[in-house]
Amino acid sequence: MSAVTGTVHLVRLVLRRDRIRLPVWILGITAVTAASANAIRSLYETPEEIAGYAATVEASAATRLMNGRPAALDSLDGITVYESSTVAVLAVALMSVFLVVRHTRAEEETGRAELLRSTVLGRHAATAAAFSVAAVASALVGLLDAAVLVANGAAAEGSLLHGASLACLGLLGAAVAAVAAQVTPSARGALGIAGGLVGAAYVVRGLGDVSDTALTWVSPFGWAQGTRPYADDRWWLLVPLLVLAALLAGAAVTLAAHRDFGAGLLQARAGRPRARPSLATGWGLAFRTQRGLLLGWTAGITATAALFGSTGREVVDMVADNPDLAAVFEAGGAGSVLDGYFAFVLSFLAVVSAAFAVSSVLRLKGEEDAGRAEAVLATGLSRTRWALGGLAVTLAGSLLILLCAGLGLGITHALVADDGSAVRVLLGGALAQAPGILALAGCTVLALGWLPRWSGVVGWGVFAFALLQSYLGELLSLPDVVAGLSPFWHLPMVPSEAFTAAPAAVVTSVAAVLTVVGFLGLRSRDIT
Amino acid sequence: MFCIVCRMAEALLLDGVVKTFGTVRALDGFRMQVAEGEVHGFLGPNGAGKSTAMRVLLGLLRADAGTVRLLDGDPWSQAAELHRRLAYVPGDVNLWPNLTGGEVIDLLGRMRGGLDEGRRAELLDRFELDPRKKARTYSKGNRQKVALVAAFASEVELYLLDEPTSGLDPLMEAAFQECVLEAKAEGATVLLSSHILAEVEALCDRVSIIRNGRTAQSGTLSELRHLTRTTVTAETARPVPAIAEVPGVHQPEFQDGKVTFDVDSTHLDDAVRVLSGAGIKALTAHPPTLEELFLRQYGEEITS
Repeated sequence: MSAVTGTVHLVRLVLRRDRIRLPVWILGITAVTAASANAIRSLYETPEEIAGYAATVEASAATRLMNGRPAALDSLDGITVYESSTVAVLAVALMSVFLVVRHTRAEEETGRAELLRSTVLGRHAATAAAFSVAAVASALVGLLDAAVLVANGAAAEGSLLHGASLACLGLLGAAVAAVAAQVTPSARGALGIAGGLVGAAYVVRGLGDVSDTALTWVSPFGWAQGTRPYADDRWWLLVPLLVLAALLAGAAVTLAAHRDFGAGLLQARAGRPRARPSLATGWGLAFRTQRGLLLGWTAGITATAALFGSTGREVVDMVADNPDLAAVFEAGGAGSVLDGYFAFVLSFLAVVSAAFAVSSVLRLKGEEDAGRAEAVLATGLSRTRWALGGLAVTLAGSLLILLCAGLGLGITHALVADDGSAVRVLLGGALAQAPGILALAGCTVLALGWLPRWSGVVGWGVFAFALLQSYLGELLSLPDVVAGLSPFWHLPMVPSEAFTAAPAAVVTSVAAVLTVVGFLGLRSRDIT
Repeated sequence: MFCIVCRMAEALLLDGVVKTFGTVRALDGFRMQVAEGEVHGFLGPNGAGKSTAMRVLLGLLRADAGTVRLLDGDPWSQAAELHRRLAYVPGDVNLWPNLTGGEVIDLLGRMRGGLDEGRRAELLDRFELDPRKKARTYSKGNRQKVALVAAFASEVELYLLDEPTSGLDPLMEAAFQECVLEAKAEGATVLLSSHILAEVEALCDRVSIIRNGRTAQSGTLSELRHLTRTTVTAETARPVPAIAEVPGVHQPEFQDGKVTFDVDSTHLDDAVRVLSGAGIKALTAHPPTLEELFLRQYGEEITS
């Protein structure tokens, strides 16, 4: 019996369990590319329009941050991949991360893998199966991406190269997750490590591109971008991606061979024999169970905000060095360019932070599914207090994260640019986005109360829509009725726009109503 | 409220309770009554509705129809208030993986309104539980012990125990039985769902048996035995084919001048009369064992 005996059976199990999830990921990523390709073909029809787009992009630090260094923007093909890649590269990497952790560490943690391992199954079969499925899924994403681009009239070689770079990033995501799954004994921890690394690599790439330095090349996302489809078609840059994936996969195998089943490399230490007094209330318990989630998000968002803040001056320099670029901005002057950059960064950080709020609300459902809600609800804690405890953490955590985003951005900018006046403005700008986060949390609470089985789908669905809307909203030229479904669309982009209280008040009220109605549902339904 | 059957104050009552999940009727006109101060066994095959009934009593599920009373209150509308007076041990104990056993015990005890410190320490000792370990490292039996310590360290009037000893070793099983008897001695009421018949026989004053969401039987163990059949083996001077004609006699087998049959307890007298007419040389009769009793209740349609 070899270490991968039985992999085929596990592959079938993975495919059976993910028969809906996986196609949704693959087709979803393809759909984003297809929608972008379609929209761009109708948006930029003349050479002048294309040149105008290229000039705008050259000037925009925010676009560089999100989409990377411009390449081949003199063609519709280049513009299409430039616009759609952000979502595609992150999504394909995260697809693999979720898939691999879900079928390796999560299975081990729940004890289901133990049952499987007692059959004729090799030590590395689970990892091999999850990795193989992730590799095939990534390859499919790549192929479909290339097919969609070619169907829209793009050059075949560049399209294939773009698809191949997506596939390689998916493979790399799977390898990172396979290593992370060896490190911690909990699936949540493994997801945190792998997802954090993907996010960090993306931010590093973005900073390198904004500052136009070699920092870009530290990140694998920089290598994928460096293939420059339709411009130079540098196929050889796929080699380091594949080599790194192979090295990490090898590391995962080595680590797995040196640990016990169910254990991580990080061992659990003995804890406290008595509970602190704070752990006696719904709020105390919710804080304790979400502490890791909150700490991770606060640290991640603060670090990202600090990095964005530190590049603010370079944005100004970039514009100052280039009068042509400055002319693009009608208002002129470095101040407004900087305001636009900061407004974009704040809005982006706020929408991303909403993921914390959604997952924090869904923790209540997680507690219910795991049967732990039953244990506390059989005590003197009422349902309302139980849920309020969780939501208090959601609310306080969201505000804390926004506070840190504003401060991180403002303070690093103040240090780099020697301009302390921005701190207060940026702090206010960050908090001005809070109603949007609360509204997404409210939608999730509503679903939790009335459609508990669909609360995850609803919560993550509205989050995904808000994210897409703020990223690609203008590109997809959504009608206002549709775009307005995202609460963030209604909020002013401080500091480039002035803060107005009315939209904030309306969105906050909507959030409050959604939450209260959700609570009524939660109080009247069965706890399962 | 007053319990008519047992002439004692009533701790909990389910009457005509219906609970459906989609098309499945988990409880279908279920009735159970538990008097204050009694240890009540709650038996039934897997999937019969025991846990559903427990959750209805806890106000986690809302009954579609019927009456539910718990400690003279309504478990749905007064859940939190009533829960201060009871302790619950679920059959499948799930704990927060990053909390230690000690923290979970304190958490549940405090949320219930406080726990007895001396009792907590004593129970940890009795159940040989290390409170410093994270819950994710506990085995099933140890998770069960955490829930048991949290429950018995609280001073409550009612214990709802849903298969509390699945996963415990025989020593711990003995420690558990001690705890139940101590609680009973202090006047508490215990509803004990269990598959371990020796445990039920050792602890319970009365039992209720549930099948397919309905009450199959309810009463003291001796009452239940009385309701069922006695196995009789007799050696007679002359053959007794007539025994097969006696009402209530089932499956008589004749072999080597002996006859063996089951007889409904209400017809035992008739059967013995017929036997004695044939000249009894030897006679053994034994009431059904608990296993036989339950197998019969679990496995056959109720004819009464």
